Amino acid sequence: MRADPEVVAFRFGYGLPLPEGAPLDPEAMLAALAGPDAAALRWPVAGMEGALPLMQAERETRRQARRDSGAKAAHRAARAALEAAQAAALRATLARALDSADGFRERLVAFWADHFTAVARSGQDALLPYALVEEAIRPNLGKPFAAMLTAAEFHPAMLVYLDQARSVGPNSRGGLTQGSGLNENLAREVIELHTLGAGAGYGQDDVRQMAELLTGLSYNLKRGMYFDRNRAEPGAEAVLGRSYDGEGLAPIRAVLADLSRHPDTARHLARKLAVHFVADTPEPDLVAAIEAAWRQSGGDLAQVHGALLRHPAAWGPAAAKARQPFEFVVAGLRALGLAGSDVAAMAPKVLSRHIVAALAAMGQPVKAPRGPDGWPEAPEAWITPQGLAARITWAMQAPVRLAGALPDPVALAQRALDGRADAALLRAAAQAEDRREGVGLVLASPAFNRR
Amino acid sequence: MAMRRRLFLRGAMALGCSAAAHPLMTTLTLAGSAGGRPLGEHRLIVIILRGAMDGLDLVRPAGDPLFAGYRPTLATAAGAHDLDGYFALHPGLPGLMPLWQAGELALVHATSTPYRDQRSHFVGQDILEAGTGLDLPPGAVRDGWLNRMLQGVPGLRAETAFAIGLEAVPLLEGRAPVRNWAPDTRLDLSAQARLLFDEIYHEDPLFQAAALDAMALTAPGVLGDGAAAAGAHADTDALAAFAAARLREETRIAAFSLAGWDTHRAQERGIGKALARLERVILGLKAGLGAQVWGQTTLLAMTEFGRTVRENGSAGTDHGTGGAMIVAGGAVRGGRVLGQWPGIGERALYEGRDLLPTTDVRHWAAWAMRGLYGFDQGLLERVVFPGLEMGADPGLLR
Repeated sequence: MRADPEVVAFRFGYGLPLPEGAPLDPEAMLAALAGPDAAALRWPVAGMEGALPLMQAERETRRQARRDSGAKAAHRAARAALEAAQAAALRATLARALDSADGFRERLVAFWADHFTAVARSGQDALLPYALVEEAIRPNLGKPFAAMLTAAEFHPAMLVYLDQARSVGPNSRGGLTQGSGLNENLAREVIELHTLGAGAGYGQDDVRQMAELLTGLSYNLKRGMYFDRNRAEPGAEAVLGRSYDGEGLAPIRAVLADLSRHPDTARHLARKLAVHFVADTPEPDLVAAIEAAWRQSGGDLAQVHGALLRHPAAWGPAAAKARQPFEFVVAGLRALGLAGSDVAAMAPKVLSRHIVAALAAMGQPVKAPRGPDGWPEAPEAWITPQGLAARITWAMQAPVRLAGALPDPVALAQRALDGRADAALLRAAAQAEDRREGVGLVLASPAFNRR
Repeated sequence: MAMRRRLFLRGAMALGCSAAAHPLMTTLTLAGSAGGRPLGEHRLIVIILRGAMDGLDLVRPAGDPLFAGYRPTLATAAGAHDLDGYFALHPGLPGLMPLWQAGELALVHATSTPYRDQRSHFVGQDILEAGTGLDLPPGAVRDGWLNRMLQGVPGLRAETAFAIGLEAVPLLEGRAPVRNWAPDTRLDLSAQARLLFDEIYHEDPLFQAAALDAMALTAPGVLGDGAAAAGAHADTDALAAFAAARLREETRIAAFSLAGWDTHRAQERGIGKALARLERVILGLKAGLGAQVWGQTTLLAMTEFGRTVRENGSAGTDHGTGGAMIVAGGAVRGGRVLGQWPGIGERALYEGRDLLPTTDVRHWAAWAMRGLYGFDQGLLERVVFPGLEMGADPGLLR
């Protein structure tokens, strides 16, 4: 099937012009996705093995500084190292989206990272959500969903964010001696958000049993993720009518594997994929095709992503969605001709003002959705008075700071929008008072902000 | 085409902001509202004080000699304003005393959410804004109690409620439509750019509507009588002026948060700044609303929990339990310290360290909503604050 390059760029990528070597039809896109993760190699981000030493050093020096004011400088240095790693991870995330010919992979990473939202609750934990993407999402895009699900639920970022590291089985050795108890937060979200979906056929009892089953799954700064026998609730637990028993992580892996293949999970996530990429009310046939691929393959994500791309309804011309602010900013940088190396070299003040603060003003603060359910999907949630004002402001002010010499607005419209630049927009771009406003009009146009 | 341009330009100056002053815009953009205002004339402002405000520093039990013993640094500074012979208001709030004397300020002592023992800001704020009790596990309720109140209002429009600032206001999040706006948002566009945006947004109603509102909200004069906020307190003043401007028009509910209350060390300076900002916001709202609207206004400022009764080794206080709540506005029956005072004797303290909470913050908020808007008690106890027993009417309002 010959696909529309505009749909490749807008719906399944980070915009026009497509990077050199970008695949242009579903089979080529899927082949690229099955190949090596070139963007991750080109722009590396640390996983836990890089994050933990920085976090340990920060905590150690913080404790020393509390006792001894002479140690304050060491703590400041440790803190700065942590912040530098955080900024580097953001730069790499932007650079990958900007440069990669395999744009569908980057968009899928963003989709699944949002599905497994984990937010750092303090500066000390800021590297954890990035590490989750590196270790749980990127390596598992072509694997059975059970692999991604397990890696995400076992990840320190998730264990901290959803309080699993505090949960203690009431009848475990730790529970009997310390009197602390169960925390259901992760158990609930595993079922409600990550697998079956809200309103599926489960009850509070399943959540409670799931929480008991998850006890023992723990994390601390010294060891990273580990299984703590002293917290594990003894005995078997029943989730969705099936009993899980045994020692250690095995029963947890078993319940996650079952949930990953559950028909409600297939239905929930087939729809979520179609809604994210195509339309808030996707064609039932498209959802059904993805759901069928999920059920037939036991949740093999390569098959699932293939079913999305291979369905004709995924290639309809209507741009029913709004680019989320991160997509909008990346597409803007790309349209202005910036590459990953430019983002890597961007001055910290520029990054902070024109990327970090700008994204927050647009309603999408970096790595900080408001809850574990991640970012909203509806265009109405993004194109609000506040959100649009921030996009217009960025479109008017950031390009001159980021790109130096501004392009001709009409040429920019043609390059960044191709056939989506209608006559009215081309006319407006030509009639602007100056280049700055012309560029702003193009980047703030509905054609550029919809996908 | 010409009509459209004029509409857009006029909208850029006037839409939604000053319907009374621009009757043409009223008919064009507010069609369907039929003049009936969803919540009547009463205004409710809710401020979330993030970081756990020290209620004992705000409203000091100065009449109890134990207090100075617990707080050798914090309780000794002179200048606290006597309230009723026992309690005294923090010295940094002279501007609120006229409100107290006029009966427009009440202080609720020893109140808290049902949250106990772990004293985490995040969980505490989640519970405060979800409006839930401990019978529901965290995360079970995803919307905020003020949004759930709005969900019960027929004929609701987005302008009815504003969440102000870039910080999230989970209190107002949920199914009911609300507006979000950060008052420092600028939209500096030439007249030509405005015309051209009109052209390119014309075919896309979502963009057109959002742009019209954005231009209206950034138009000169929106923040009161054309007085642009400037100086060290520009953000604070802009916040109050913006909220007041909205509340004078269609808006009936406004919510925002103020941070800076987590005073683990050098509290005198830290809370002094935070309180000065809060005072400025309250006085700015009063001035911006004008006497008539202020007379129809109730402001609640609440926090996730209180702080320890004893000061710590760094002249600060740590996370505690019972705290205080501020109730202000012309609609309030003030000049009173409300709640049941548990005392600060050693044996009266919660876990030997915190002020014992004797009322639920939701009790006060629920009676305020009932008094202002006449909501059914069952709705408040089942939907807005699931599981709350409202108890007896504390007579919060005039």
